[in-house]
Amino acid sequence: MAVLAGTDGAARPDAGGALLSVNNIEVIYDHVILVLKGVSLAVPEGRIVALLGANGAGKTTTLKAISNLLRAERGEVTKGAILYRGERVERLSPNDLVRRGVIQVMEGRHCFAHLTVEENLLTGAFTRRGGAEIRRDLDLVYRYFPRLEQRRKSLAGYISGGEQQMVAIGRALMARPRMILLDEPSMGLAPQIVEEIFEIVRRLNRAEGVSFLLAEQNTNIALGYADYGYILENGRVVLDGDAASLRANEDVKEFYLGLSASGRKSYREVKHYKRRKRWLA
Amino acid sequence: MELLHALVIDPIGAIADNPEFLLEVVIGGLLTGVMYSLVALGFVLIYKASGIFNFAQGVMVLFAALCFVGQLQLGMPLVMALLSTVAIMIALAFVIERVVLRPLVNQEPIILFMATIGITFFLTGLGQLVWGGDVKTLDIGLPKDPLIIGGVLVNEFDLTAAAVAGLLVAGLALFFQKTSIGRALRAVADDHQAALSVGIPLKTIWVIVWSVAGIVGLVAGIMWGTNLGVQFSLALVALKALPVLILGGFTSIPGAIVGGLIVGAGEKVAEVFWGPAFGGAIEDWFAYVLALVFLLFRPQGLFGERIIERV
Ligand SMILES: Nc1ncnc2c1ncn2[C@@H]1O[C@H](COP(=O)(O)OP(=O)(O)OP(=O)(O)O)[C@@H](O)[C@H]1O
Ligand SMILES: [Mg+2]
Repeated sequence: MAVLAGTDGAARPDAGGALLSVNNIEVIYDHVILVLKGVSLAVPEGRIVALLGANGAGKTTTLKAISNLLRAERGEVTKGAILYRGERVERLSPNDLVRRGVIQVMEGRHCFAHLTVEENLLTGAFTRRGGAEIRRDLDLVYRYFPRLEQRRKSLAGYISGGEQQMVAIGRALMARPRMILLDEPSMGLAPQIVEEIFEIVRRLNRAEGVSFLLAEQNTNIALGYADYGYILENGRVVLDGDAASLRANEDVKEFYLGLSASGRKSYREVKHYKRRKRWLA
Repeated sequence: MELLHALVIDPIGAIADNPEFLLEVVIGGLLTGVMYSLVALGFVLIYKASGIFNFAQGVMVLFAALCFVGQLQLGMPLVMALLSTVAIMIALAFVIERVVLRPLVNQEPIILFMATIGITFFLTGLGQLVWGGDVKTLDIGLPKDPLIIGGVLVNEFDLTAAAVAGLLVAGLALFFQKTSIGRALRAVADDHQAALSVGIPLKTIWVIVWSVAGIVGLVAGIMWGTNLGVQFSLALVALKALPVLILGGFTSIPGAIVGGLIVGAGEKVAEVFWGPAFGGAIEDWFAYVLALVFLLFRPQGLFGERIIERV
């Protein structure tokens, strides 16, 4: 049920030179449930790319296929290829990928509840050696997230949701990644905190050169910060383009931004798209 | 009336008459409790890191002690035998990860529990095949003389055992709190998936916890073996670990230690002072009754982990 037809004129980033490229992958859970049906996308070095779509579209599955957290959930890439800096990575373990610079920040934050904030951050450096450098990176994380420094001795289970999201991102930074797969950072957070987190993502991207593949239901904010976007529906990419052209696209406005030619839609008018309620930013 | 005498008046009278004797009994019990604590600790480590209820923990104690005493009997020097047994327990952890845990990853906990029952039978058989089924005396020259400290009679060996166990627990605590691997172990215990996502390899972590549980088992095995001889009944110590776990909470390291001490001291006191009222042998079932009471009134145990829930 592709509501959105065809792609617009925007040029797809060149997959050949991309930091990460996903080529026509299929993902199956439990040997039978086909979830991704040929997804392709590319993340050029130094960019923020958004992966958009409704509940169950396959965003998380795509990110987990890349980080290979899929295997722990009995999922499997059965077709296609994933290339990171030109290397096939579908068979690598999450540990191998983290060492190569690809790390996922999972949906729902997943902090270690009984570890302190600082211990959580330090677990991110598990694959690294060299205490002095790790200390320096810890200071760097605290510079980006000053709130975490104030709470460094608190158990992560007891801090606020926004702070937990910061811990999750900070923890990933401690691995010194070149590419962060960021899954729904806005989930369950107040708009102000969401904004704060996206601002930090942008600064990390610009100052530290970290590339992001960002899965979001909140299309509005994601397209505000991303360079390029892909829209997934039912395990397929139905539309992609640079952020500005996606924002201008009528279908995107109607179905994903809750706007139409006649201005903002009321909830009632889009009732039959209930599934997408959360999209209305 | 007679019952009242047997249950209340006589025991309390006995305690009041000779409080030093009570103290002796409690101390003796605490020192036995240290052994229970060690076995329970092995359970807790594995349960926390992998969610597996390791039925084989008791037999690991027996197996480690058998390997140790067997090598001593072959004429190996003490330190060599100790190191070699540690190496065997680590090798065992590798084999268990490779042959049992890895193929069963993502299976239901009950299936993994069954697998540990399989490990139990395998290790029992292997131990007897290699080292024979006879009772072996273990004497590594630990002092065994009774001592009088402050008017209280204690056994020197029990003190040594307690000191060794204390050192082991302190060492483990340091390892868990201060090292990167220890932190990773706690992270895995909290959230497997998140641990994977930051690049902590679960397989390595499992090998480490099973090795640590094996080494803790070895220490327990040496202590018990010195007391009782190395024999199959060592594996049954594990049956005492179950009530200890119910008391302390399955996921709590301090709980395992305190639970072991309570069970050890409790059953001795019950045996000595209340035993006559029941015709003796309370020691054998006291721990289970205590555990039952806990299950009814405090099922998460003394130190059952606070469940942090926050969205
Ligand atoms: N472990 C699993 N086993 C079987 N099916 C799964 C599993 N995980 C996800 N799915 C299915 O795959 C589809 C895509 O799920 P996915 O989590 O990737 O979607 P999503 O776009 O991230 O959605 P959301 O916005 O709700 O997070 C869904 O239909 C879901 O039911
Ligand atoms: Mg998702």
